[in-house]
Amino acid sequence: MKAKIFASIAVTITGAILLYAVTDFPNFGDPRSPANAGVEGGSSSASLYYIENTYRDTKVPNLVTAILADYRGYDTLFETVVIFTAGMAIFAILRVLRNEDAPSAPDPESTNRTIDGDHHRIIVGITCRIAVPLVQIFALYVVAHGHHSPGGGFQGGVMLGASFILIALSGSLRDALARFSEASYIRLASLGILIYAGVAFLPLVFGRNFVDYGALRGLLGTEGEEMARSHGIFGVELGVAFTVMSVMFAIFANLSTRGRLKGGL
Amino acid sequence: MEAFFKEAVVPHFNFWIYVIIMMIGLWSVIAKNNLIKKLIGLSIFQTAILLLYVSLGVKEGASIPIIDHHAAERSLVGDAGAINPDLIANPVPHVLMLTAIVVGVATLGVALALCQMIYKDFGTLEEDEVLQKIKALHDDV
Repeated sequence: MKAKIFASIAVTITGAILLYAVTDFPNFGDPRSPANAGVEGGSSSASLYYIENTYRDTKVPNLVTAILADYRGYDTLFETVVIFTAGMAIFAILRVLRNEDAPSAPDPESTNRTIDGDHHRIIVGITCRIAVPLVQIFALYVVAHGHHSPGGGFQGGVMLGASFILIALSGSLRDALARFSEASYIRLASLGILIYAGVAFLPLVFGRNFVDYGALRGLLGTEGEEMARSHGIFGVELGVAFTVMSVMFAIFANLSTRGRLKGGL
Repeated sequence: MEAFFKEAVVPHFNFWIYVIIMMIGLWSVIAKNNLIKKLIGLSIFQTAILLLYVSLGVKEGASIPIIDHHAAERSLVGDAGAINPDLIANPVPHVLMLTAIVVGVATLGVALALCQMIYKDFGTLEEDEVLQKIKALHDDV
């Protein structure tokens, strides 16, 4: 009770201060606000530069993808590393490598029972078996078409991970692990970082800056540096998709079985 | 009162909403005793920040930050007016929040893993009971 009263007082004071500051903020939807147009008489907003020059620089119409993987390539590289680290942290915290209760462990088949009994699993299982390939094809489309439509490595990666989680939820975790084993998701998560860091590192070989994909022009055989940047962004997005997919599935598999990777939901 | 609403609340309603949601999250982080409920509070807090950033990039009457192909090609051949920044939403907040959402899910996973280990070791997720048990452990030593 004491904690609740204290919390209410603290929250009210903090909220009042924040709301007091809000009165100086720009109006909602104002195209002339500092974030959207820069400071009057001062520097222009970075977003204006992106809107006006992204297509000229990279030939990517989707500004979000171009900024994510090219202009802010460093940021995204280490965001991906954060996700990879989170996956490894969960592995380190939860994973039980030695099966301590092996003799008394129940048969894995009997622990795979779903909540509502077996007869519902036929309908759910077949529906999900039809849905999973469609989800995966759409996810690949989201990754590959991220240059021209909303999408990219993060979104497509999460959908790919969700498709494997769907297999685990509709059938059993064993089915999902048979298709996407622990060894392969750890390898794919590392491979994603390797692809990203490798594509970002290659320009250094050609004497240019880190993540300056324009230097890959000769290697990729494109007409101009813009197209080379576009292809570089695709390579990076592919790496992000691999890492995000693997880590999402790793989180689910480890959390739902308390690190045993047996039984589960 | 009506004047206050028209001048302070309505033009800034996105900021009011973000403050209210953020304070709900902060309250549950401080007041709730259960670690899972604290995590839910943290997630609500994070959502408020996502909303704040995305709402900063909104421009009235603007569309998604994807350039129309024809306009883009015209801008390359010297048509300076082909891309009108007022009609394209600010892409920068979208980029920042896109990564923040996925990183948020991954870090929430780590937090849940820690909660599972706490439950395995102490048999409870109530903060005061966990603290008591830790204290008892130290007293024994």
